[in-house]
Amino acid sequence: MTSRLKQVFAGSVFAAIASITLFSVILFTLLGPSLSGWTAEEVDWDALETPPDDRHHLGTDLVGRDLFTRIAEGGQLSLGIALLATGISVLIGVPWGALAGYVGGRTDQWMMRFVDTLYALPFILVVILIVVVVGRNTWALFAGLGAVYWLDIARIVRGQAIRVRSAAYIQAARSMGASTRWIVIRHVLPNVAGPAFIYATLTVPGIILAESFLSFLGLGVQEPDASWGVLIADGTASMESAPWTLLFPAAFLATTVWSLNLLGDRLRDAWDPKRTRT
Amino acid sequence: MINRLGALGVTFLVIVTLIFGLLRLAPGGPFDGERALPPEIEANLRAAYHLDEPLPQQYVRWLVNLLQGDLGPSFSQKDFSVNELIAEGLPVSLLVGGLALVIALITGVIAGTLAAQRPGGGVDGIIMSLVNLGLAIPGIIAAPVAVLVFAILLQWFPAGGIGSAAHYVLPSIAAALPYSAAIARLWRGAVVESLQEGHVLTARSKGLSEWRVLWRHVFPIASLPLVSYLGPLAAGLLTGTVVVETVFELPGIGRYFVQAALNRDYTLVMGVAVVYAAMILAFNFIVDITYRQIDPRMRLES
Repeated sequence: MTSRLKQVFAGSVFAAIASITLFSVILFTLLGPSLSGWTAEEVDWDALETPPDDRHHLGTDLVGRDLFTRIAEGGQLSLGIALLATGISVLIGVPWGALAGYVGGRTDQWMMRFVDTLYALPFILVVILIVVVVGRNTWALFAGLGAVYWLDIARIVRGQAIRVRSAAYIQAARSMGASTRWIVIRHVLPNVAGPAFIYATLTVPGIILAESFLSFLGLGVQEPDASWGVLIADGTASMESAPWTLLFPAAFLATTVWSLNLLGDRLRDAWDPKRTRT
Repeated sequence: MINRLGALGVTFLVIVTLIFGLLRLAPGGPFDGERALPPEIEANLRAAYHLDEPLPQQYVRWLVNLLQGDLGPSFSQKDFSVNELIAEGLPVSLLVGGLALVIALITGVIAGTLAAQRPGGGVDGIIMSLVNLGLAIPGIIAAPVAVLVFAILLQWFPAGGIGSAAHYVLPSIAAALPYSAAIARLWRGAVVESLQEGHVLTARSKGLSEWRVLWRHVFPIASLPLVSYLGPLAAGLLTGTVVVETVFELPGIGRYFVQAALNRDYTLVMGVAVVYAAMILAFNFIVDITYRQIDPRMRLES
């Protein structure tokens, strides 16, 4: 475990930079609102659309709200949604994939055909349909995103489950008369947990992007709440007179996704011996 | 082949039914405005759009119309049918999406080939850093920043709308960017891997030029993972076109889709969703057949 973690950081300054960036962003989103001296909805009538200065470290938006605070709180929301939705996709995808892979045969065929059918739909379609059905609220977003992203995890886990199915310890458990339920819970799930965890870390940046995309279009997080996607949409509307309202939230989103992508990739490479060679 | 076409039809039917079912489960209707309509008027409206019929009857009516290519009237744009709106918007969306696809493929393959020449070398390092950057910059950033820099500051291109070829430059590049990076990464990996194959070594030792080795012996193998990526790529570009249509105010179906979703315009949402699903399915089908054609192993199996 530790040697593999070392491998994630060995020979690359980028992994270190990404971890430090990610840590700083998380710290900023958690502490930012209390450091700025402004609340996210507070209007500073003396500073409408002002560039960064001593009073507002990242400037203010069209109606004089402090961007530093709004980006920090937006980050809490964006990261929080991503973590929760990833959790949902793991909760659906892991048991689904483990059961399909372990049981095999016709059950597997049907379970995976279902996955393939959903896969054929572009993600945006599914999420937008779910948002239209459930209404525009943050919970619909969780459901929609979780309902899409479990597919990948189910596929990965199924592959792993097929691999462990013929392992000696599972045959031993079966010959002792253990039930399928028992074997899946006690033997299959723990053995597919590693790859599932790694894949989940790669899912987080994907969900951050998806959430910001939906919020940007007005289909995700709603005002007065603001995720990074909402802030980027606001910034797009006022970029001509106040470019910083677009550039700051965009920079936060991009660096966060960059760090998460990089760490996720290196984590996957460290655990997958086939990938390390090339 | 017949089997596959049948499966395609079944998948389409399932998806279409899902779309119908999902939207009919939705609470609230297209006539829930700021002000409640008088009940008689709403009843008339519901009758005009057949919303008062039982659900199975609505479903059959919709399906039969759909198979005849009629997607019904739009709830929110009263003077237009969904067909008219889609016929108007689809060419714009296809043009932007198609251009983005071509840009992403060309730039991605060139960058990936260059990076694969010396894995771990300087060029590779620079290209892969750019790729990682590109993967972190989604359309919702690329599109508005492109407008800010190239339309507002430098004034090289128009900021939005359609009319001339110049109007399509920024939207297609912005939509292509993340996928160009994804293709570069995929292509680099595939080329690096196939460069290590025995037959490539043989081709080299026979004294073939580097270009010929790449073109004849490396690219055909490396193109397999790229071809299977085309399905997800098409779905991704579709997402990309929705964003650039919104940012650049292009009258494509992506913008209608978002507007319709915001307005709960059921028929328009369903119509665009069906068109999207049909396009993705058709595209995946073609990709699947192409894959079988270029991979001799798959031809033997079937």
